[in-house]
Amino acid sequence: MKTAVVLLPGLNRDRDMIAALTKISGKAPVTVWQTDTEIPDVDLIAIPGGFSFGDYLRCGAIAARSPVLRAVAEKAAKGVQVVGVCNGFQILVEAGMLPGALMRNASLKFVCREVKLSVANANTAFTRNYTPGQIIRTPVAHHDGNYFADAETLARLEGEGQVVFRYAEGTNPNGSINDIAGIVNDRGNVLGLMPHPENLIEAAHGGTDGRGLFESALGLPALKAA
Amino acid sequence: MIKARVTVTLKNGVLDPQGKAIEHALSGLGFDGVGSVRQGKVFDLELDGTDKAKAEAELKAMCDKLLANTVIENYSVALT
Repeated sequence: MKTAVVLLPGLNRDRDMIAALTKISGKAPVTVWQTDTEIPDVDLIAIPGGFSFGDYLRCGAIAARSPVLRAVAEKAAKGVQVVGVCNGFQILVEAGMLPGALMRNASLKFVCREVKLSVANANTAFTRNYTPGQIIRTPVAHHDGNYFADAETLARLEGEGQVVFRYAEGTNPNGSINDIAGIVNDRGNVLGLMPHPENLIEAAHGGTDGRGLFESALGLPALKAA
Repeated sequence: MIKARVTVTLKNGVLDPQGKAIEHALSGLGFDGVGSVRQGKVFDLELDGTDKAKAEAELKAMCDKLLANTVIENYSVALT
């Protein structure tokens, strides 16, 4: 199981993502830089969180037009799995690889806390190790996570099971429409989500609820509780 | 050289919490009767050449590709 992590100036969760993928896959991911035009053959490409290019213009807007994102899009078109977390989600949306937009939090506040997610679709490449409707804990840390899509797009996302994670139990931190926390593309190989599953993968984090996402994507069995 | 101003605004129906916060701040300053505030962005550009039609077409392409997120924003282009 080979993985790659996209590095961009201004990201700050890249080391967390690299640590998580190393621990879960047993192998350090390759890293690709913003100017790289090719990505090696891997099973999963991760775009971490942070503030790429200082969030100038709109969150993720500049990164989405960088050479490495064109390389990510080419891989995704070939069926390679791509996960974007937080700023990574914003970048995928800005790149047009996922529908909709991520706007300023309705509260206008940066939120940094733990939320609960329900697994809205456990039948995706990224969620098969979870059970339908399972409630998992994950941290969030963002200022622009307020997902928006027009009514037609929203109906399609809901109808096709492309909404994968929803904020649960009244923990929607950003005003996101339909409590949407994460979506996949129509092909199901590109996932974007605002929460940080890579920050809840071992006991020292206080929980392992985030592991299932990466284990699902890498085709690993769920780790039994020790 | 052609000078242009691109204005990007949120589409109707898209929630604008920043506009709302500004509206509340204005009323806090005693400006009564502000019905609504919507926040947008302005870009002033200088383009080489003198062909205005070409410049306008290029500016629209810039808006579609980068300056505006057409999921949530409208744009207008004015040559100055």
